[in-house]
Amino acid sequence: MKIVPNGMLRGASILAICLFASAVQAQQVTLSLLTDVAPEVVARAEALVADFEAANPDISIEMETRPGGAEGDNLIKTRLATQSMTDLFVYNSGSKFQSINPDRLLVDLSAEPWQADIQPSFKTVVTSIDGAVRGAPFATSSAGGIFYNTRVYAELGLEVPKSWEQFMANNQTILDAGEAAPVIQTYKDAWTSQILLLGDYFNVQAAKPDFAKLYTEGQEKFATEPTALRSFEKLQELHDAGFLNENYASAGYDDGLRMLANGEGVHYPITSGALRAIATTYPDLLGDIGFFPIPGDNAEINGLTVWMPQAVYIPNTTSNLDAAKKFVAFVASPAGCEALKRAGGGSGPFLVAGCELENAPPAVSDMLPFFENGHNSPALEFLSPIKGPALEQITVSVGSGIMTAAEGAALYDEDVRKQAQQLGLPGW
Amino acid sequence: MEGKRLFSTAGKGLRGSARYPYWLFTPAALIYVALFLFPTVASLYFSLTRWSLFDSTFIGLDNFAQFFREPFLIKGLVNTLIFAAITSVLKVVLGLGCALLLTSHIIARGYLRSVIFFPVVVSAVGVGITFTVLMEPTGVINSTLALFGVTGPGWLIDPNLALISVALVDVWKGVGLATVIYIAGIVAIPKDYFEAARIDGATPWQNFLYVTLPLCRPATVTIVILNIIGGLRTFEMVWAMTGGGPGFSSDVVASVIYKQYQSGFYGLSTAGNVVLFVFIMVLVVPLTTWLNRREGHE
Repeated sequence: MKIVPNGMLRGASILAICLFASAVQAQQVTLSLLTDVAPEVVARAEALVADFEAANPDISIEMETRPGGAEGDNLIKTRLATQSMTDLFVYNSGSKFQSINPDRLLVDLSAEPWQADIQPSFKTVVTSIDGAVRGAPFATSSAGGIFYNTRVYAELGLEVPKSWEQFMANNQTILDAGEAAPVIQTYKDAWTSQILLLGDYFNVQAAKPDFAKLYTEGQEKFATEPTALRSFEKLQELHDAGFLNENYASAGYDDGLRMLANGEGVHYPITSGALRAIATTYPDLLGDIGFFPIPGDNAEINGLTVWMPQAVYIPNTTSNLDAAKKFVAFVASPAGCEALKRAGGGSGPFLVAGCELENAPPAVSDMLPFFENGHNSPALEFLSPIKGPALEQITVSVGSGIMTAAEGAALYDEDVRKQAQQLGLPGW
Repeated sequence: MEGKRLFSTAGKGLRGSARYPYWLFTPAALIYVALFLFPTVASLYFSLTRWSLFDSTFIGLDNFAQFFREPFLIKGLVNTLIFAAITSVLKVVLGLGCALLLTSHIIARGYLRSVIFFPVVVSAVGVGITFTVLMEPTGVINSTLALFGVTGPGWLIDPNLALISVALVDVWKGVGLATVIYIAGIVAIPKDYFEAARIDGATPWQNFLYVTLPLCRPATVTIVILNIIGGLRTFEMVWAMTGGGPGFSSDVVASVIYKQYQSGFYGLSTAGNVVLFVFIMVLVVPLTTWLNRREGHE
């Protein structure tokens, strides 16, 4: 009978209609689900919702979207704080999950039966400080690194680079050929500017294995640790060498995907969410996209930076807890994986037991060896609760030549300090 | 006796004390306390805490120390002043020009007056979004320039130009208000001055320089003051057009504060608002007092 929405106050006629409706559709429950507006996320949500509603005719789900990036973070925090959050919402795992007070605002899902099927590596990134697991994976694991156009590579006879030096040499060859931009950057969507830096974390931890721990304790800084500063320097080098597409300042994420898919640009540092978007928008060109991790300075040490997917959460304020839990259980089941496969396939191994990746596009096949041989590391935001909120503006500044790498790193350390203090971490 | 009592009651009423009972004042007072006084006092308190909207830890003046250490606060302040200066000067010059034109005998004067005022009533965010599209590197503005063989700049993506572009759009939107204020000022100038000037054989330029301009001074002052206050708390236009970017290059004080709020640094951004509040008060209170005194002299 929960369908009657404040019907009493809206006059007798509306009340009568509502009563009639609830008499017809007994026990009908409507849930609301908030996701971000990126096409691949919406496609996944639609597929999951469609399959779930087919399996549960008594529950219907209304979808809402929100902007991505800092605007979206703000919206999530505000809606949670004002107790106006939807029954279910999809949001980042890792440090951003920690920044929304999960221990107080989200429903504890540790005791749900499906937890046994979830990869432990994922559980750690949706576990709040009190040790309770509060989310289920809304996609497969993925990776951040350099997606490249294999057609252009074949035409120019280039080889996949193993070191930063080789990568820069490839860029020079592409630039000299004059047909395409060597590296695509899309600063209109500022969040895309961070990926080169975040995806370089494998190289940071390879040189400095305890960086995440010391960074969380405030002992290690980006500006003073040379391997961490190196990530900022790479961003600056690409700009200074003139390797970026001409319209890097005004191009957006969608432009970047288009340029990569049709070969106007050759390398695009981005996360594998891009593959799902390309599968949706340019399905014929998906076969032309390959992947390699962001190269380090040593060709011997080559590995992948892994991203944990967004998760679906239930806020404490929901009035339909049982129905919401049913949906989360569905997302975390093999049936949920089937829906995800239909919505553009996986971008890395599934995190739910009993789900196998099929027909992976070439770029995912390029990643799989790193998942299997252990040459991978989660990105820093999954190893530490601290991520400075101004990073995307800082990386835009460094990547546009407004700021040097050293200035950007120092500024980011300051940003990180504020976030650590806000989180109330010891030692700051 | 009768008359005396009447007189004294009237006198009391004139002093305005006990004519209406105080409780009539309570609804207004409640709204004022609930919507203005309470939030103001509460924000003073929260600016001294690290606040997560659920709990707050008292940290003294740390937020203020942090706010003044914000790397882009100084740049934001400078940008705010540049923005206020550009918009004030251009609105005064263009507004006066348009007002002169629209007070002379030209065709379709009433129509032109409403056209120039139209942007003032449109929402700043709507104007911002529209101009963001027009100002794209291959947008309408640059395509038009290209017809004349001019290569248009990246209006909003060139870090050196972004703030100026936003200011120009703000001028486009606000010049109508300046024009209307000037029209009122010009129309209010007594005809005698112009007649006297004509008898003395003044040229139109001298007419403008020695009659219109000095007698429009109150209008000019009003426009400048309105603009300085508006410029200091500029936010919507900047946020809609550049979000403070590229990077931090078009950040103004209000967008720095908003980003802190957006990042969940609620205490810090409240401290920023307290600083902005004090800053505007310090500028505006003496300015208003000075202006009021001046008007009294004239």
